[in-house]
Amino acid sequence: MKYLDEYRDGDVAKKIVGEMRRIQTRPWILMEVCGGQTHSIVKHGIDHLLPEGVELVHGPGCPVCVTPLEMIDKAHAIAQQRDVIFCSFGDMLRVPGSDGDLFTIKSRGGDVRVVYSPLDCLKIARANPAKQVVFFAIGFETTAPANAMLAWRAREEQIENVSLLVSHVLVPPALEAILSSPDNRVQGFLGPGHVCAVMGYREYDPISARYHVPIVVTGFEPIDILHGTLMTLQQLEQGRAVVENQYSRVLGPDGNVPAQNLVRRVFVVGDRKWRGIGTIPMSGFHLRDEFAQHDAEKLFDVAEIATLEPEICISGEILRGIKKPHDCPAFGTLCTPQRPLGATMVSAEGACAAYYAYGRHLKPESLHQIAAQAPANGVAAHG
Amino acid sequence: MASPRISARDEEQPLEEKPSPAVFGSCPLPIFDHPQIVLGHGSGGKLTADLIDHIFLPAFRNPILDKLDDQAVLTIGGARLAFTTDSFVVTPIFFPGGDIGRLAVHGTVNDLAMSGARPLYLSAAFILEEGLAVDDLRRVVESMRAAAAEAGVEFVTGDTKVVNRGKGDQVFITTTGIGVIENGVHISADRARPGDQIILSGFIGDHGMAIMSQREGLEFEGAIASDCASLHGLVANMLATSTADGVDFIHCLRDPTRGGAATTLNEIAKRAGVGMLLREQSIPVRESVKGACEVLGLDPLYVANEGKLVAVVAPEMAHAVLAQMHQHPLGQDAVIVGEVIAEHPGMVLMKTAIGGTRVLDVMFGEQLPRIC
Amino acid sequence: MCLAIPGKVIETFDQRGMRMAKVQFGGIVREACLEYVPETQVGEYVLVHVGFALSRIDEAEAERTYQALRELDQLTELESPVVEEIGPGGTRQ
Repeated sequence: MKYLDEYRDGDVAKKIVGEMRRIQTRPWILMEVCGGQTHSIVKHGIDHLLPEGVELVHGPGCPVCVTPLEMIDKAHAIAQQRDVIFCSFGDMLRVPGSDGDLFTIKSRGGDVRVVYSPLDCLKIARANPAKQVVFFAIGFETTAPANAMLAWRAREEQIENVSLLVSHVLVPPALEAILSSPDNRVQGFLGPGHVCAVMGYREYDPISARYHVPIVVTGFEPIDILHGTLMTLQQLEQGRAVVENQYSRVLGPDGNVPAQNLVRRVFVVGDRKWRGIGTIPMSGFHLRDEFAQHDAEKLFDVAEIATLEPEICISGEILRGIKKPHDCPAFGTLCTPQRPLGATMVSAEGACAAYYAYGRHLKPESLHQIAAQAPANGVAAHG
Repeated sequence: MASPRISARDEEQPLEEKPSPAVFGSCPLPIFDHPQIVLGHGSGGKLTADLIDHIFLPAFRNPILDKLDDQAVLTIGGARLAFTTDSFVVTPIFFPGGDIGRLAVHGTVNDLAMSGARPLYLSAAFILEEGLAVDDLRRVVESMRAAAAEAGVEFVTGDTKVVNRGKGDQVFITTTGIGVIENGVHISADRARPGDQIILSGFIGDHGMAIMSQREGLEFEGAIASDCASLHGLVANMLATSTADGVDFIHCLRDPTRGGAATTLNEIAKRAGVGMLLREQSIPVRESVKGACEVLGLDPLYVANEGKLVAVVAPEMAHAVLAQMHQHPLGQDAVIVGEVIAEHPGMVLMKTAIGGTRVLDVMFGEQLPRIC
Repeated sequence: MCLAIPGKVIETFDQRGMRMAKVQFGGIVREACLEYVPETQVGEYVLVHVGFALSRIDEAEAERTYQALRELDQLTELESPVVEEIGPGGTRQ
């Protein structure tokens, strides 16, 4: 597949890593912001390819993980109502609230449906005029244009029986929260490529300048991630700290202006609670008042739901890159994808879940050893 | 209640007790064992395994069942028989490349074939939903007739029930099969040994993505058809690989149905107490299946197949077996994808295309399309 | 957060006043909304996220950047053209 296969090429990967080794003079800690980048790193085993001393820590870029418990409970309260068809992206189905997950609601008779695109909700609403179709509109800025279009079309086409339960979060305030923390160890960032495809990257210039950190907007395929890491390393070794664009085939500094325009007409920026972190001011999108009749939080009786976050798990520290899943005593034992205790294990994109699925409990060194012993091209000489 | 001891090596023991409040504060997140059955219990992954381990095995335990192969091997009189059952609940009942009837025949024949048995007889039990079009039933049954003829098996007994509208998804079919295993053939998941080669009989992910292409909201156009087929002919070819020492070089055979190739390989690895190392670049996936998986965020290694097998073969015979497979229409694309290792027993590792290493875990519940 | 895949536009059409496309991803075809990249032509590649095309892929820029990566091991110690060539910006038309 064009623009995918060539970005998984082992020979090019070796060259990039070779260049990293050539220029590296001291250890560095980098953070990749996006959950999709975390997924790609562990799926392709990229962190095992990096030179000693280049450490990638995983950031809070998983909108599923950071959706507050309270919002999950609101979703469940709505989904279990008799006349509701609750639509969601697949990612959210297994996130546990205070009492089970959306599968549990489904097993009790709730009409819960996976959709690929928010626009599918319009079709479902038209086909089921007697039902209330509610869409769980989560995501970072990447998904905001799609979710905005749903709200916009619902109003334009006067489809009254569709509404959105919005839990959108924004990346720049999260970066600020990480960088302003006294525990922060991160020295450079791989910026979120698809978020920036929508929003552009000009809003990262002041952050880079204020904290003197390089931010390299990076794609998602293995070559992209290695390339973005190399570019960040180059800046760090040269003592520079600016915003650069690795993902130049997809985006430029202004991003997608028509998408931003519609997002601004449908959503307004406001405070948002982040699971494991707490409330970050001006860090999320809310539906504007003129879309109130499509705002599930207003249409359904869920204002009273206020759930407290658990104290135990170290998700918050993992989300901020201060600790890694292996540092948690509960990782893989008391806390597993089947019985997640915290945000980073609930979603397949969370750092803990990604580690569990792809890296399990193995220390990276032993994985290296096995790979190093394997014959490169197949069957070793036997008998 | 005592706090459970936390140890990094305890990963294989699922904890039965809830942690005490003293350790975990007022945690509102339930550590739940689902009190009700959820769809994930039927997906062939960890939840299914949990159900088997905690509900079915404790009740029915015996040495034959405990082997947990896809079929039971029984010794009756002087004969060794393979005996298996499977239920088919797929929706939609008609899909590109097949239908529920065809699946019901080949699925059970394959479970028999994976023990090296020659499949002989099937039974069929139908649960029909009130309101099902008789023409649809006729179409399904005709499909079963044709599939049975293809496979060289006969339906010798059956049953029919009807349930109220809304209580059944048009039609559910359960087929049970019986076959005979020749002397000298000993194929079982626990026989995998370090050094053995792992062979895949062809392209993975076709069936699951053919079904997915029909699901509301996830539809796509593209020629992905189910690979549904009976594999005993291919297995017979493999067993016929000439060797001086008799037929003991095929150690394991499994058909990677729900949960996909990754789940199946994990099952073998755990049963045999061995590790496995695969090479991503060897694994055959059609462009169309790859495209569909990329778009929906699915992994072909976890997508169901209905006409493929995984074979674990003694290293000195691997290439000869592969050559035999290439002679058969269902094995033309067979390829060696990795080997069994002694390290990390129970774990399946894969060397990725980019040169990294990844652990292939068992699927947890249903694989869901994702946006992240 | 961000599963977005590149695909080739093989047809464009209107649906209820929205600009749409049929996009090919390695052998399968799915619909995507083109409202955010309305100038897209048949034959171009777009990046699709949850049924929406979010950007058009710049083939020339892709080739230029990839070529520079391929040539990494040909650099001497003294030169570092990598810094200038894959520099900040990458302005798009």
